[in-house]
Order: sequence, then C-alpha cells, then structure tokens
Amino acid sequence: MTIQFQSMAQFLAMGKYGAYVWPSFGLTLLVIVLNIVWARRLLRQAQLDARRRLVIQEQNA
Amino acid sequence: MTWTWFHRLGSPPYVYRLAQRLTPWFAWSAGVLILAGLFGGLVLAPPDYQQGNGFRIIYVHAPTAWLSLMVYTWMGVAAAVGLIWRIKVAHAVAAACAPIGASFTAAALATGSLFGKPMWGTWWVWTPRLTSELLLLFLYLGYMGLRASFDDTQRADRASAVLAVVGIVNVPIVHYSVVWWNDLHQASSLTLAGKDTIATSMLVPLLVSLLGFTLYFGAIVLVRLRAEILRRERAASWIREALA
Amino acid sequence: MTPPDSLPTTPPLLAARLVIERDLLLAFRRPEQLLHPLAFFMLVTTLFVLSESSERTVLRGIAPGVLWVGALLAALLALDFLFRDDAQDGTLEQYALSGQSLTWLLLGKTSSHWLLTGVPLSVMAPLMAYTLGVPASASVGIMLTVALGSLALSFIGSIGAALTLGARRGGVLLAILILPLAAPILIFGSRATELAIRGEAYVAPMELLGAIVVLSFTLAPLAAAAAVRISLE
Repeated sequence: MTIQFQSMAQFLAMGKYGAYVWPSFGLTLLVIVLNIVWARRLLRQAQLDARRRLVIQEQNA
Repeated sequence: MTWTWFHRLGSPPYVYRLAQRLTPWFAWSAGVLILAGLFGGLVLAPPDYQQGNGFRIIYVHAPTAWLSLMVYTWMGVAAAVGLIWRIKVAHAVAAACAPIGASFTAAALATGSLFGKPMWGTWWVWTPRLTSELLLLFLYLGYMGLRASFDDTQRADRASAVLAVVGIVNVPIVHYSVVWWNDLHQASSLTLAGKDTIATSMLVPLLVSLLGFTLYFGAIVLVRLRAEILRRERAASWIREALA
Repeated sequence: MTPPDSLPTTPPLLAARLVIERDLLLAFRRPEQLLHPLAFFMLVTTLFVLSESSERTVLRGIAPGVLWVGALLAALLALDFLFRDDAQDGTLEQYALSGQSLTWLLLGKTSSHWLLTGVPLSVMAPLMAYTLGVPASASVGIMLTVALGSLALSFIGSIGAALTLGARRGGVLLAILILPLAAPILIFGSRATELAIRGEAYVAPMELLGAIVVLSFTLAPLAAAAAVRISLE
C-alpha cells in the first residue's frame, strides 16, 4: 500500500473533489464527536442525579 | 442452564456493570479501527477509475448508512423483546439507540448528498433508496417524539416500541430498494463473490471502517444505556454500590 | 352456578360488523363531523390553485399530487376522531375488557371510519379533479385509486391514532408518525391517479396499492390493538 498523493496540496484538493470530500469527512467526524460528548454528558448527569437522590434518601432515613 | 444469560441480561444492575466493563474495549478498538479505516480510505486507497478521488466519500458515507440501518434493527429488536417479554432493560436499549441512529441517518443523507452532487450533478433526487432513507430519519424522529410526549416511562416505552416494530419494515425497503427498482443510487458495491467485486486495496479500508463504526456504536449505546438504566432505577439499592 | 365457559360468545366477524353498524349509526346522528374532512379537502385544493396558477394545463399537471396531499391531510384530520369519542366516554375501554378480540373490533372501527371518511373523499376527488382541469373521463379511475389509497391510510393511520391517544399534542405527533408509514401509499396512489388522468392503464400501481391495503388490513389492527391497550393503561 502506498500513499496516493505526492503533495499536501494534492491531498487537500482531492483532484477537484475536495469541496465535497472534506465536508463529508468533517461532518461525519463532527457527528461522531457529538455523539460521544452527548452520551457522556447524559451519563454524567444521570450519575449526579442518582447521587443526589441517594443523599436525600439517606437524610430522610 | 443455557438461558441464564438471557435472564441476567434482564437485570439492570448486571447490565449496568457489564456495560461499564465493556465500554472501554468497544471504545478503544473503535477508535483505532475508524482512524485506520479513514486513513486507509483517504490516503492509501487508489483513486477510482470513474469517480477519481471523489469516491473516497464512500469511506464515511457507507459506514454512516450502514449504521443508520443497523441501529434501527437493534432498536426494533430491543423494542420487540421489551414488548413481548416485558423486559425494561430492552426498552432502555431501544431508547438509547434512537438518537444515535437518527444522527447517523442524517449524516448518511448529508454525505450522500455531498457524494451525489459531483457524481450525479444534483444534491438530491427522489429515488426509492434516498426517499426510504429519509423516511427512516422521520421514523427515528417520530420514535423520539413519541417517547417524549409521554410522562409515564412505561407508557412511553411501550407506545414507542410499537412504533419501532411497525417501522422495521422500512429497513429491508431501504436495503433492497436498489435491487427492486431502477435507482440512480448504485447497487451494493460489496459483493463477496462474482466478477464485479471492488478492488482489495479499496475494500480493506472500507471493511475496517465498517467494523470500526459498528464497535463505536456499541460503545456509545453502552454509555447511553447506563444513563437510561440510572434514570429508570430511581431508588434501587444497587445504585449506591455501582456509583462508588 | 353455571361455569363461565358455557356462555355463548359472539363470533369475531359478527362483533366487527356490530361495531361498524354502531359507528355508522352514531355518525349519521351527527353528520357535521363528516363534513369537516371534505371541507378541508376542498380548501386544500383551492389553496393549491390559488398559489399556483389557474391555467388548466398547469393544474392538470399538478392534479395527482394536489388530490393526494389533500386527501392525506383530510384523512389525518379525520383520524383524530377515530378513537377520540370512544376513548373519552369509556367505550374503548369496554372494547378492550370485553373479552372479544380487540383486533377484530378495531378492524370494524377502522372499516367504518373508512366508510365515513375515505369513501366520501373518493367521491369528492373527481369533482376536485375536474376543477383542476382533469377530464371527466378519468373520474372512475380517480375514485378507485383514492378509495383504495384512503383504505390503506385509514388502517395505517389507526396505528398512529392509537399510539397518540394519551399523548400531549397528539394531533401534530400523529401527522409526524404517520408520514413515513403513509409515504408508500402516497407514492403509488398518486402514480396510479396520474396514469388514470392521462387515460393510461393504472393497473400496476393499483396492484401495489392493493398489496399495501391487504397488508395493512390484516396487520394494522393487531398493532393498533396493542397500541390501544398501552394507551388505556
């Protein structure tokens, strides 16, 4: 397997398709990252809420 | 004996701990594979005879499209399991799947559009493949909307499960649309046998990407599943230990 | 004490027929409710004419789409009252508790709903088509295609109506839920109507539409029954 591009400029241009290739990859990476962030935030929030409820429970007990 | 694993999967604490343990494995392997696949597709794969370097979009378009269908299948199966056997964890899985599936369906449509413009000359065309994929997005959004409209979790679970199961008919429609009708979208480029198979140097990064994205979905759904379980198991005794 | 097993049970087909008769009777006592979808259909068609142009050739071109969008929206409006009254006065609950197959009872309810909304729509459709510049010779074809399509719509819509029974802002949600499921009906139905308007044979899309009808006729009441039970909990 060899690298198919001779220069960075060639790589970025993607032979006249650059304007389509890079937004596609960028968008997909964005969706990937957003899903990670969103999921982790959800879990963190759920854990916080559960901890708070436990504290309240212990106080009431 | 052989059914104990099934019963254990119905236990929220068991699933929570299992998800916790499995997530790093899924996450790291997904990261490596996705990076390798995308690198291979962008840099190592030779340009296509007809589509030049533009074909490289397939390395994100195919995985996102694959995910959009696979996630719905998991969602539908989980919903059916939840409905039939009344297993709460199954409903939690379905709920966890939906936002992931919706976002990747949107990504599939967008990357497909970006693929279509240079190749077909248009951003959108109402062919069976594209139309049914768009409908898939609406199904996801409808599922999420239906869930949100109920205050009672159990009602939300079961009503949205019915919708998920009814909508599963769309998955084979999307998949086979290019076979049943003359579609502008090309038929499957992945044939395991036959003469028109894709070149190996192009195929390998694609397969690596697909596997990577699949494992990525596993990681994300496991994280969301844990959040769902915590939300539902309000005052359960095992939570204290699990959060420590 | 006679054991309950010896009580005679109504066969499901008869039960369905009784439901149809009851619904039809109730509907004819308040005929205004039936007029709403029809009026809406007329309104939508008129709006399209006003927003496009009044040239006959243009209108004839968009006629299939206009007719079907109008019919779909009118059907959505009508689906609202498929279960509403019965859910409110407890009849739906009685159906669910009756020991009768809820699937068959809902088959009856949805059939009567189609008789009350779909059939009038399909009779109105050729009239609306005429105002859109469609020749009168296409009337039969239009009636048949809209009748068949609205039948499928009623059944698939019943699932959505049952699911959104207990939900907030059910009407809008119903529309969002129905759209992906109703899309094939819209596609094949308008294709069939288009062929009918052009005077060509419309058998092929009608067969597909018929297949969808058969599928929804048999499976939708099952899903709707499950959804009703969930909503009534």
